[in-house]
Amino acid sequence: MGETMSLNVNRKTMILGIETSCDETAAAVVENGTKILANAVASQIDIHRRFGGVVPEVASRHHVDQITIVCEEAMRESGISWGDLDAIAVTQGPGLIGALLVGVNAAKALAFAHGIPLVPVHHITGHIYANRFVHELQFPLIALVVSGGHTELVFMKAHGSYQVIGTTRDDAAGEAFDKVARTLGLPYPGGPEIDRLAKQGKASIDFPRAWLEEGSLDFSFSGLKSAVINYIHNERQRGREISKADVAASFQVSVAEVLVKKTMLAAGRYDIRQLLVAGGVSANSRVRKEMTAAAETRGIPLVIPPLRLCTDNAAMIAASGTIGFLKGMRADLALNGSPNLAIEDF
Amino acid sequence: MNVLAIDSSNLVMGVAVTSGGKVLGELMTNSRKNHSERLMPAIAGLLDNVGLGPGDLDRIVVAEGPGSYTGLRIGVTIAKMLAWTLKKELVGVSSLEVVAQNARYFSGYIAPFFDARRGQVFAGLYQYKNGKVISSMPDRLVLIKDWIEGLKALNRPLLFLSNDLEKWNDLLNTVPLAVFGDKPQNVPHAAELARLGEEKQPVPDIHHFLPAYLRLAEAEAKWLARQQER
Ligand SMILES: [Zn+2]
Repeated sequence: MGETMSLNVNRKTMILGIETSCDETAAAVVENGTKILANAVASQIDIHRRFGGVVPEVASRHHVDQITIVCEEAMRESGISWGDLDAIAVTQGPGLIGALLVGVNAAKALAFAHGIPLVPVHHITGHIYANRFVHELQFPLIALVVSGGHTELVFMKAHGSYQVIGTTRDDAAGEAFDKVARTLGLPYPGGPEIDRLAKQGKASIDFPRAWLEEGSLDFSFSGLKSAVINYIHNERQRGREISKADVAASFQVSVAEVLVKKTMLAAGRYDIRQLLVAGGVSANSRVRKEMTAAAETRGIPLVIPPLRLCTDNAAMIAASGTIGFLKGMRADLALNGSPNLAIEDF
Repeated sequence: MNVLAIDSSNLVMGVAVTSGGKVLGELMTNSRKNHSERLMPAIAGLLDNVGLGPGDLDRIVVAEGPGSYTGLRIGVTIAKMLAWTLKKELVGVSSLEVVAQNARYFSGYIAPFFDARRGQVFAGLYQYKNGKVISSMPDRLVLIKDWIEGLKALNRPLLFLSNDLEKWNDLLNTVPLAVFGDKPQNVPHAAELARLGEEKQPVPDIHHFLPAYLRLAEAEAKWLARQQER
């Protein structure tokens, strides 16, 4: 690693991506890291809804049930054969260990069966590279990765180079969405439900925004989450009817404001040519709107992937894996899932 | 027929390759080391050692459980993937049945079990009849106390086989006419798995082949219980 990348334009790079870090079983075929030939996702949302959240053991079992199916679908839809693949890219972590193991072992079996190189991928870099399907990345850049598992600001000076400059000290933003939604009695997953409800309400309740120390690029959402839950409980205890729509709107405004201000603070500190937003919460309409407006004011080119690429998928893993492959990153058959894999060790 | 047999369902990790019934190679460890890291290299290494490539295989046989959920998923995922992508046959075999083979020629009941924590065991009951070890009742998850009571009631010679014999020593000794497997007899052998797999029918649908967990995920069980209360 570290040597300059040889971007051989005469040859296409064809990668099969596999992703099973949480509750989506996914496989995709991507050409040159930029073109999706197939993107198969078996979502488990309906399965976990009755539990109010992702249950790791249930998720792991469903991955085993779906893994060959999504791979077959991706290969069929792409129209390519195994011999056309340059590598198999798989999410090594972070994520649920039992879930990661299914994808990792599936990828290893495929790599062995066909004698194809294996490339490990950090899940977050996948979310970042989902943007490359929309717009070529321009370096240096900052990416805000915000989902049920992550809230991170990542600085990239080149392809495959990642520096975390801000992270959450407690809950991920998406986690706060899910918990607030649950307290409001909304179905899982909570993010889209809050977004929908917020459109009918007014941001009339003043919930806290955690800025942490002066100039910090870190996040904290547990205080906000508790404040919202306390508000709901207090109102109910006093026998007062709460407006769920107003709570949703007020909560969402608070999250969006923190995400946007911190991201802009980071953007001001680094001389960047592009700002990326990625991860499940980037599907949130308020976050998209506020981020777009703020970036426009400051004249920073902003890229947000389309909604279907915001949630977990394997195309993004193949896209990041393409960069890893070209940089010479390889895993052997001893590759294991790493639930706490750090982006900087990657 | 060239058969690859894979067992990562419990503490023992085993891989074997047979050809026309002849054991070409077998690899086994009985240690608390990571199956996810070691299984695929073990398969690749053994195949290489016996001079076969993945394409030379005709059938993949996997120990389908019961056992550790994680261990089962590792073995079953690899077996499914290999069988599907190489267009080979896939066969699942009870992990307890594999252990029971170690008591071939024993005339009483063969009682293999795996510890399943919280006082429970995954247990099976087998008999050697007409040259074969056959199942006398389905494998089950059961409280060891209840299992022992049931076995006492049989009042027949009985051979316990388990890697976890020592843990339950006192209880097992209360069963009259019971004898115990020697240490090598208590661990599953992948070559036996390969042989069993060669005799059985391949699964009709590789995609939906799943481990025999013999137990619902806890959240699933609780959810079902709640539904029934309603
Ligand atoms: Zn994700």
